Amino acid sequence: MAPDIDYLALAPEITLAVTAVVVLLLDLFLPRRQKYWTAIVAVLGVSFAALPLIALAVSDVGDRAMLGGSFVVDDFALVLKGLFVIAGYLVLLMSVGYVESDRYYQGEYYFLLLMSILGSMVLASSRDLITLFIAVELVSQPMYLLAGWRKGDLRSNEASLKYFLLGVLASALLLYGMSFVYGLTGELTFAGIAAEGAGKAGEPAFIMAILFIIAGFGFKVSAVPFHFWAPDTYEGAPTPVAAYLSVSSKAAGFVALLVVLYSAFPDASGVWGPAVWILAALSMTLANLTALRQTNIVRLLAYSSVAQAGFMLVPFAAAATTDAVGLGEAFAATVTYIVIYAFMNLGAFAVVIAGARKTGTGDIEGWGGLGSYAPALGALAAVFFFSLAGIPPLAGWIAKLVMFGAAMGAGSPWMIALAVIAAINAVIALVYYARVVKTIWMDPVPATAPEEEVRTASVAGSLGLAIGLSAAVVVVAGFFPSLVTFFSDATKVLAGG
Amino acid sequence: MTVTVDWYLILAAVLFVIGAAGLLVRRNAIVMFMSIELMLNAVNLTFVSVGRELRDLTGQFAVFFVLVVAAAEVVVGLAIIVSIFRTRATASVDELSEMKG
Repeated sequence: MAPDIDYLALAPEITLAVTAVVVLLLDLFLPRRQKYWTAIVAVLGVSFAALPLIALAVSDVGDRAMLGGSFVVDDFALVLKGLFVIAGYLVLLMSVGYVESDRYYQGEYYFLLLMSILGSMVLASSRDLITLFIAVELVSQPMYLLAGWRKGDLRSNEASLKYFLLGVLASALLLYGMSFVYGLTGELTFAGIAAEGAGKAGEPAFIMAILFIIAGFGFKVSAVPFHFWAPDTYEGAPTPVAAYLSVSSKAAGFVALLVVLYSAFPDASGVWGPAVWILAALSMTLANLTALRQTNIVRLLAYSSVAQAGFMLVPFAAAATTDAVGLGEAFAATVTYIVIYAFMNLGAFAVVIAGARKTGTGDIEGWGGLGSYAPALGALAAVFFFSLAGIPPLAGWIAKLVMFGAAMGAGSPWMIALAVIAAINAVIALVYYARVVKTIWMDPVPATAPEEEVRTASVAGSLGLAIGLSAAVVVVAGFFPSLVTFFSDATKVLAGG
Repeated sequence: MTVTVDWYLILAAVLFVIGAAGLLVRRNAIVMFMSIELMLNAVNLTFVSVGRELRDLTGQFAVFFVLVVAAAEVVVGLAIIVSIFRTRATASVDELSEMKG
């Protein structure tokens, strides 16, 4: 019997897969001078992948389940796929100028990036442990290679090896946890696990399995104490790849955590809630304190992204002590945070790429006076960094607001304690974000700065477009939060809220 | 004395711990890499023995997927190690410490 396949539901994935193969073949046949076509095809392919998503969103068929319920296209999947497509599109735009200026292989770069985007799309729809695992690996494995894309650069090599070794260790932990879940419930689909595992939340083996799974995804979202790889990998990898790692790859980890914890282990929230509480508190505090003493802008953003992961984990901890409505709120709070974070962090990285080209350095000190010779870039840097800090009216404050709302809504003393920790950390974070903006606008131009032509050279068009789009979303969503909360509310279906 | 499923699970747990310890203690990238393979095979053994115990084929299917991913991981991992070898002729991770902070 042939499986029942809904081609419209699979269309975004099929489009991306075909694009990736076409890019690889084009790279084989194009002469060196015309390799830029691979970039154009990649950007077009990702844009086309968005079309079936819109068609699926407006169709009134409802949820489309395939392959025995392993692959489901519901509102949650659509919203997150939309985010992955847009984030992938922005990263592609950032990559174009960056990749061309290096002497390395363009076709492979876009192929690997497209494959990773494909993995994140499958991930949003996967509703069983094996599909989820394959999708997570499809997101990560191309990134191991892309982190080491500058093959002749030792730092890029180091970035790649560290990320690879810790990434596969995470996969092994994740799989071991999954094998235990399978052994205890006899099921691999989330619905089956939720049904069979209902009475088993107290069993030691079941608790261990959940902790292994959280540890595995903890690496993917780079939560403390599983964050060691992040700063080195971000610094050594090409900067657009670091942007992708900090946004899409991290969001993919969160999507996996969301679907597994909320839909496979809803009755075990007493187990994973406290575990995530610890991760959230550690991630926020340690990462923010370490970020204070960073001198390299990419490392600063790396620690900042670890700290932001901590903020995103806060609503998870609330789920353990709340009712069904609160569960939906906590779920939507994390999704809202991920969506807003994606745009402001991509924007911040795009500004860093443009700024590093103008100042010729990644050291924050070297960025002094950037605002005087590149006022537009300086202003946009301020927008993104203040948004990351959560200052109204930029979008970042809405993310913080819903996060605090979910934490306080639960009302338990533990959650209030976590909200207090988060509030203190928001203040610490403001110090280092504001320091970058202060350097850009108030410090004098350092003597080591490159000459006038480099400093005032215009930013590549595609990079400018990426910065502009991210800035537009960050500013507009700050004034009209319903633009984001409309989507995140739609995802509540998965939490049963 | 019969060999029950517990024996297989204990063997798998021992393999997993050996792999994890090897990854943490050894400093040669290739040996670390082998340790990871050991951990993945411990997972496979768990899946197969549990699937047999439950009289359920899903566990056996899962192993195929894990095997394929492990094979892909070998390709990616060796590619990275080879590219490091080309720039500096060593596979020791201790000598890879350009970045700190």
